[in-house]
Amino acid sequence: MGKLYSFKRSLWVFHASGGSCNACDIEIIAALTPRYDAERFGIRLVGSPRHADVLLVTGAIPRDFADKLKRIYEQMPDPKAVVVVGCCGTSGGVFYDSYNIAGPIDEIIPVDVYIPGCPPRPEAIIDGVVKAWLKIEKLEKQLEGKE
Amino acid sequence: MTPEFITYAFAFPILGVFLGLVYKGIDRRVSARLTSRIGPPIRQPFWDVGKLLLKETIVPENAVAWLFNAMPLVAFASSMTLLLYIPFGILKAPLEGYGDLVVILYLLTLQSLAMAIGGFASGSPFSSVGAQREMVLMMSYEMPLATVIVGFALVYRSFSLTTIATTPVWNMVGPLAGIGILLLLVALLIVTPAELAKLPFDIAEAETEIAEGMLAEYSGRNLALFYLSDAVRGFAMAAIEVVLFIPFTLSSIFNLSLTGPALYIVEGLWFLFKVLVVYLLAITLVRTSFARFRIEQASRVFWVYVNIIALVGLALVWMGV
Repeated sequence: MGKLYSFKRSLWVFHASGGSCNACDIEIIAALTPRYDAERFGIRLVGSPRHADVLLVTGAIPRDFADKLKRIYEQMPDPKAVVVVGCCGTSGGVFYDSYNIAGPIDEIIPVDVYIPGCPPRPEAIIDGVVKAWLKIEKLEKQLEGKE
Repeated sequence: MTPEFITYAFAFPILGVFLGLVYKGIDRRVSARLTSRIGPPIRQPFWDVGKLLLKETIVPENAVAWLFNAMPLVAFASSMTLLLYIPFGILKAPLEGYGDLVVILYLLTLQSLAMAIGGFASGSPFSSVGAQREMVLMMSYEMPLATVIVGFALVYRSFSLTTIATTPVWNMVGPLAGIGILLLLVALLIVTPAELAKLPFDIAEAETEIAEGMLAEYSGRNLALFYLSDAVRGFAMAAIEVVLFIPFTLSSIFNLSLTGPALYIVEGLWFLFKVLVVYLLAITLVRTSFARFRIEQASRVFWVYVNIIALVGLALVWMGV
């Protein structure tokens, strides 16, 4: 049993919506409904970035929102992971090269998991959040390496 | 200070934390089942606490640092002390004789107060709004809560919880006062979710409107302490209700003549079962079925309706005794 064992069982997610069209946001809510029930895996939506382990970002990020997103990321306590939901966030999607957006999210904050789709299905979102474990496992190996 | 006393004083809080987290796990599981979900495993709260202890603890730049860090400790310490005043079934409370129902009332208030002060000290507007709402809510529900305790004092001529636990209240009162006690029970059950900041009275911690309110700026170790004190408080509140209103022991119901360890095991499990039933009915069922009130609606519920119920109950008890 690794040091971060309980971490993998309890991921609290904070959802930041950028210039999203709301489709991804609805699908995130769908992941919490009885049909998909993300709480089974200890995944919970929280209301404050201070409580969060995973930052879920949706939508293409408008230029005005870029520094706010950076601040939300900085407010989260370590260790943390960032998951991008939807095509707009991963690559810019249909807004690719638009003068209004600050670029894909990985140009603003470090991203660990990309979930493509327009919008992605709830299964994909749960899978993506669970893949944030991979980053935590990487951290775990680093910790063990240090000892 | 006998060795037995010291063992109790250490064993009760550890047991209390364990049971509090288990009950929280059961609560989440049952709540999930009620909405036809599968729900997290019962062990989930333990993982949550373990994870929170691993996380970085941030103190915001414009917070009053010492107050901000002290309040989780105050909340945790007061919930631990609360456990020492509650007689678990047939076991006596370790601090029996050093305090009574009034001290319990203050310890319950101290936790909410610690959260509110912590909210004000975090220097975030969300926390301030949450703390203000908590203060308003406290002003609303303290009156019915105090009425319930005064009602018990009228019946027993004493505030001691051990006296109340040993003689069931229903044997002490006539039919008229019995109806009064029943009304007091209803009032206390409605106050319970507000006392524990659970839906529909979690206005101070509304996650969608004010970003978790009072707890908005708390993270890591501090949040874990609040999490633990919340879990313990839920268990303690349900235990107080059991001690006050359903103190019947299995031996007295079935005329069992158990002795030694068998008695303690059977009565202990029976007590935990009663606490579980109260916990599920007063907290889980209510928080799953209702949506959040607005703050002025919650105030009206307590100042008008619950107060009327509690005061009528008190009047009946007064006339009946």
